[in-house]
Amino acid sequence: MRRLMMRTIGLGLVSVILLMLAVACGGRDGGGGEQELAQELHLYNWSEYIEPQVLADFEAEFGVRVIEDTFSNNEELLAKLQAGATGYDVIVPSDYMVEIMIEEGLLAELNHANLANLGNLDEKFSDPPYDRGMVHCVPYLWGTTGIGYNSDVFEEEPDSWSYLFDPEIASQYAGRITMLNDVREAMSAALKYLGYSLNTTDEAQLAQARDLLIQQKAWVYAYDTEQYEDLLSADEIVLAHSWSGDIFMAADEDERLWYAIPQEGGVIWADNLCIPNTAPSKYTAEVFINFLLRPEISAANSNYAWYASPNAKAAEFIDPQILDEPAIYPPSDVMEKLEWLEDVGDATPIYERMWTEVKAAGP
Amino acid sequence: MKTIGVRRERRKTSWVGRLLTVHGIAGYLFLYLPIVVLVVFSFNASRYASAWRGFTLDWYVSMLQDQALASAVKNTLIVAGSSTLISTVFGTMVALAMERYRFRGKLAFDALLYLPIIIPDIAMAVMLLLFFILARLRLGLVTIIISHVAFNISFVAVVVRARLAYFDMSLEEAAQDLYADEWQTFWRVTLPLIMPGILGGALMAFTLSIDDFVITFFTSGPGSTTLPLRIYSLVKLGVTPEINALSSLMLLISMALVMLSLLLQKGGGGGIEIV
Amino acid sequence: MEIQPRSRRETRRLIFLIAPSLFWLLVFFLFPLVLVLAISFGQRGTYGGVEWSLSLQNYRRFFDPLYLRIFGRTLLIALTTTVICLVTGYPLAYFIATRPPRWRNGLLLLLMIPFWTNFLIRTYAWLLLLRDQGLINMLWTGGLHNALLWLSNTVPLPVWGRLLEATSTSLSLFGTNGAIIVGLVYGWLPDMVLPCYAAIERLDHSLVEAAQDLYANRVQSFLRVILPLTMSGVVAGSVLVFIPSLGAYVTPDLLGGAKSVMMGNVIYSQFMSARDYPFGAAISFVLMTVMLVGTLIYFRLGTES
Repeated sequence: MRRLMMRTIGLGLVSVILLMLAVACGGRDGGGGEQELAQELHLYNWSEYIEPQVLADFEAEFGVRVIEDTFSNNEELLAKLQAGATGYDVIVPSDYMVEIMIEEGLLAELNHANLANLGNLDEKFSDPPYDRGMVHCVPYLWGTTGIGYNSDVFEEEPDSWSYLFDPEIASQYAGRITMLNDVREAMSAALKYLGYSLNTTDEAQLAQARDLLIQQKAWVYAYDTEQYEDLLSADEIVLAHSWSGDIFMAADEDERLWYAIPQEGGVIWADNLCIPNTAPSKYTAEVFINFLLRPEISAANSNYAWYASPNAKAAEFIDPQILDEPAIYPPSDVMEKLEWLEDVGDATPIYERMWTEVKAAGP
Repeated sequence: MKTIGVRRERRKTSWVGRLLTVHGIAGYLFLYLPIVVLVVFSFNASRYASAWRGFTLDWYVSMLQDQALASAVKNTLIVAGSSTLISTVFGTMVALAMERYRFRGKLAFDALLYLPIIIPDIAMAVMLLLFFILARLRLGLVTIIISHVAFNISFVAVVVRARLAYFDMSLEEAAQDLYADEWQTFWRVTLPLIMPGILGGALMAFTLSIDDFVITFFTSGPGSTTLPLRIYSLVKLGVTPEINALSSLMLLISMALVMLSLLLQKGGGGGIEIV
Repeated sequence: MEIQPRSRRETRRLIFLIAPSLFWLLVFFLFPLVLVLAISFGQRGTYGGVEWSLSLQNYRRFFDPLYLRIFGRTLLIALTTTVICLVTGYPLAYFIATRPPRWRNGLLLLLMIPFWTNFLIRTYAWLLLLRDQGLINMLWTGGLHNALLWLSNTVPLPVWGRLLEATSTSLSLFGTNGAIIVGLVYGWLPDMVLPCYAAIERLDHSLVEAAQDLYANRVQSFLRVILPLTMSGVVAGSVLVFIPSLGAYVTPDLLGGAKSVMMGNVIYSQFMSARDYPFGAAISFVLMTVMLVGTLIYFRLGTES
């Protein structure tokens, strides 16, 4: 009996190893020809960031199966590509990460001849500062970083960073504030409150921002990037340093929640469609990107994810609830105060150290 | 095989025994406390866990229709199953060798064996990614399995060695005097005696594998998303009760399997001879 | 107990036993590890790539009061976690090992099943319990408070006043070191129980009986006989709990509200947000060296005493 069992285990083990070897040595997918569609397209995306019907439509129209894998932050994506991971056709990095990937030579140059729908883009987004002339990327969706709040608690909109940093105001909400658990975002909020650029590399300015964050720590409930909308809705907190789309999505269910862009200005960001230079089929990837640039497709994704679309022609297909919301599509005077995050290069470790000091401060 | 263990003493069910029972029950309650919360919220009509907005089975329906989730579960089971199998066999073998023999370089090998437990997982993840790329192995389920085996061997070895530490070699010698066949001695004497250790090691390996995120993420390739990868990427938008529903279903299945194995065992009457 | 292989046959057996693991660990662990060691002597490039060099600068950077303080704090939390796991996990293992044989495997599996759900989901469940408006506080300020109110009205006693006052405000559990430790204990308790169980289950019944005859006192018979005989399990369990606690980073972020950092967070953010691989690798190596030496000494002491 037992011998039989062991033999089975042994057999299982051998077959597993053989299987592994077979798969490991198996042939690689051939990269399709220049202007030929591949059978599959590997999309590496944030989760819940594309309308599933869009993928189905693409498959129906072009006969290309889209296989989607998901990542949870830009740095993870970069680490994999930097090491040389292959097999992804289209990736969706954020603005500053596009800049880094270009510097590291990880992105292919787009063939604009295959991207006829590029003209649909709003001119505000067709020449992004992190990739002038859209040589390597096409903006997909964009949003801002600001303040999510419980409107039952505030008579007027908390549209200033002073709600988070001014000792007189913030102390009233002690223990009911969350800050994003992200070094660049948290520092940006403090730098903007102080009136500095959020891409500064001046150590004195950074030190001031750090001290402000340390002072603020006494009133902070948590540093959190994942569940602040949930905490707002549960009345654990009333103010949350947050990304726009998260709050709007939650407001769908709890109408007390809303979002404000601080008048001092905040972060504007965009996620972008790019093709890694190791893509199995660059042509298929370009056809896919061009497909996503169609007005009605672009609008469908915007309606799905509650983020603004950089696609001007998509406007007529976008839910008016989204389109007319100034916190999603801010008026031009607010737009002008928003700033893109740029990679700060050699100052990155300085930012990181100061953030660690903030975290290590206190009891 | 007669079970060698501490048998329950009926005549001395003293306060110590009772205290132990109370502690045991409290221990299991502690372990299942968050699990109960998780199951309850899988029936919550709200997408957010903040408030109870009524009972629903919607999340179970949408979970069962979710293709991405289904393939993630499949991948997770493939990875956990094969890595547990390989690492349990290898880990047990190495534990036997380490507890029995002295050899040159043993201390160094001992250190090598502990390193995968000690290394911060992000460091291990990055180094394996760099290595697989360098070795031109295509990232996918295979590389994930290789990585999981690389850390699980050590965990299995530690648990099995804890069992072997005071193993009574005279039992083996006695058996060899009778049977005179090494393999028979191993199968009939040694293996049953260390089975609880092996089972514990396998359980630990399976649990570590099914739940690993960092190392899996870095060693995964296109099309090999496992459940933890899927869940972590969902976090940006808050965990949906769909995941709670999936977890509850998995719990239910595991429980049913345990009950089944217990029932089957009753027939056999054996104690530690479960596999 | 350990022997030198005497015959060629035994040497062959030894090789057969260690070869698969040795191969696996050499190729898929040690070799990649050397890569990372090499990185730790390099420098961070402007865009986060690695510039190769041979400098000890990253190791020097670690010995900075900031990181040493974090290291100290981390040690304290990991140690507390290990002690709590030991004093709760050992009796639990003993409980399981003293059940009738047919129950034991079921109980062991029951111990592990909660951990087949996802780590993140479990941690979120703890969040729901520990929040200010969470389930524990609902019981504290709602259920318990009302029960006390009722009691104080029926049986007047001087203690009620203070208890009522205590239960009138919610406990702040979330975002504290306590919450981090609860999360860590929860996560690693089975890793303590499994090796302890493996060691206790193997105890010879007659030895325990003899001990109880020899020492009149249960505490003495436990300390002098049972504990030394199961020391291998205690040692293995402690290591399996202590090490991952030392490297934890998700639990402090979620249950601790990310308001304090542990060593694991520092390492993780070097590899991720700072993209400073050389420094991240250097910290990893310092930690690994400390832990490896500690573990080897601990195992020696633990199993030889």
